[in-house]
Amino acid sequence: MTPSKPQKILTYVLLIAFSALWLFPVLWIFLSSFKNNTELYQFPPTFLPQQFTLEHFINAFEKGNFGKYFLNSAIVAITSTILLLLINSMAGYALAKFKFKGGTFILLAFISTLMIPLEVIMIPIFKVLSFLGLYNTLLALIIPPAATPTGVFMLRQYLLTIPNELLEAARIDGAGEWKIYWRIILPLCQPILAALAIFSFMWRWDDFLWPLIAISDPSKYTVQLALSNFIGEFNVDWGSLLAMSVITMIPVLIVFLIFQKHLVNSMATSGMK
Amino acid sequence: MSTKSIASQPNLITKKKRKIQIAPYLFVLPNLLIFTVFIVVPTLLGVIYSFHYYDGLNPMKYIGFDNYANIFTDDKFWSTLGKTLTYAIIVVPLIYACSLGVAILLVQQVIMKGFFRAIFYWPTMISFIIVGLTWRWIFGELGIINAVMVAFDNEQITFLANPFFAKVAVIIAAVWSRLGFFMVLFVAGLLAIPRDFYEAAHLDGASKVKAFFHITLPLLKPTTLLVVMLSMIEAFKAYPLMFALTGGGPNKATTYIVQYIYETGFAKQELGLASAMSVVLFIIITIFTVLQFKLTKGGEN
Repeated sequence: MTPSKPQKILTYVLLIAFSALWLFPVLWIFLSSFKNNTELYQFPPTFLPQQFTLEHFINAFEKGNFGKYFLNSAIVAITSTILLLLINSMAGYALAKFKFKGGTFILLAFISTLMIPLEVIMIPIFKVLSFLGLYNTLLALIIPPAATPTGVFMLRQYLLTIPNELLEAARIDGAGEWKIYWRIILPLCQPILAALAIFSFMWRWDDFLWPLIAISDPSKYTVQLALSNFIGEFNVDWGSLLAMSVITMIPVLIVFLIFQKHLVNSMATSGMK
Repeated sequence: MSTKSIASQPNLITKKKRKIQIAPYLFVLPNLLIFTVFIVVPTLLGVIYSFHYYDGLNPMKYIGFDNYANIFTDDKFWSTLGKTLTYAIIVVPLIYACSLGVAILLVQQVIMKGFFRAIFYWPTMISFIIVGLTWRWIFGELGIINAVMVAFDNEQITFLANPFFAKVAVIIAAVWSRLGFFMVLFVAGLLAIPRDFYEAAHLDGASKVKAFFHITLPLLKPTTLLVVMLSMIEAFKAYPLMFALTGGGPNKATTYIVQYIYETGFAKQELGLASAMSVVLFIIITIFTVLQFKLTKGGEN
């Protein structure tokens, strides 16, 4: 059943039209961020920057303190991801490869909370963070999101496919449980850990609601909080805002380009975000 | 699916291994501890708060179901919920249709498939704050859409100051940012349909349109259920996008339920009332999910 020629043409026309629509917004802020202020507020707008300038990027760092926010976001996204990979894989291992009292209950508890969105518990979370002295600390952004049920569940399902004989053999050789986890389980989980790492980095980098609840001190702002704060100002400085947006998209773009194929494939099979 | 896999899990623990039974607890502990403190405890606290008058500073005062009674008579709460529902009813079918459409285009034999797929997927990786900001720039008074309008002899419109256009802007931005995610799910669903079905239909003289309605759509039911459920839940939770795009305005036109709860809890310091609203929101989301699941019989064929 080969497609007819008019059908092929129609497919391409639609595909190109749609992708142009989808590409344009990002392209537009990218181009705009290199225009000087006169050009930025000119109507009708120019398409390409007439006088290419980096002033907004320099401003974002010099006046907007954007380097600090960028660093905060990087610390949060990287450490939280490492913590997530470690504790999720440990829990996934226990839940997949051991039969122990309460194990099923713990697994069901993890899964059932997938239904409870953060939006629903944001008020008590604020209270818990304050009570523990974590309010206004980066730790509040690093530790709580690391215990994601999604990750535990994915790792558990993945580990179920690994034959037990492998672990039994190691046990007979006298390897301790920690050694088995560290030397056998972790290396075996590499593909799924890679996918999870990408998602975790993106979740933390893009997160807005959790930092909004946990942070009010500007020196602890993440990039998303800083952006949301700048946009709330009376006189929005669009130049800096556009430049900051472009910079903020770069880390995720890099991760995306490197892992694009891997990412889309693993997402298709696990159906997660 | 979980119960089945637990049952089929081979019994690993022989008598000899009973000695090391402490190991699984130690492995689960870090995750379980964080999970308990930051998910289970807040969930319980939220339910407790909802039965108290609580401003976050003074001690709580037990007031029974008063918060819930207040919600029932709070016109603003119901109008906000109505707006959220309207938003969901428009945005969910749009996301469904667009992502299915693009997925169908992408499973054809086309060149540069990866490139096209990347273009559609990329916006899903951008934060809602930047998505909102991007479309705010596009819909601005001096923005590109107004430039096109003027070029075609129309008047300039301050889109985001107009309740109707602000809502349209939010919907466009939401579809733009979420299409890629659901497209991937549909591509996976479409690729799982055996090609023989289409060939058989073709031999029987069925048209492509007929094949789409009689083969593709019925066989995509499980994916469809997943997409509708996930996008529905997302629509009910929408807030960060509006924060950056419209700020919930103009005149609260794009203030949806999560923003309303946030403002009640954090700006008005009505923690008890806001917690009760959260419980109501949770119940509504659950009802919708269960209802869809029941209506579609779990998406099975």
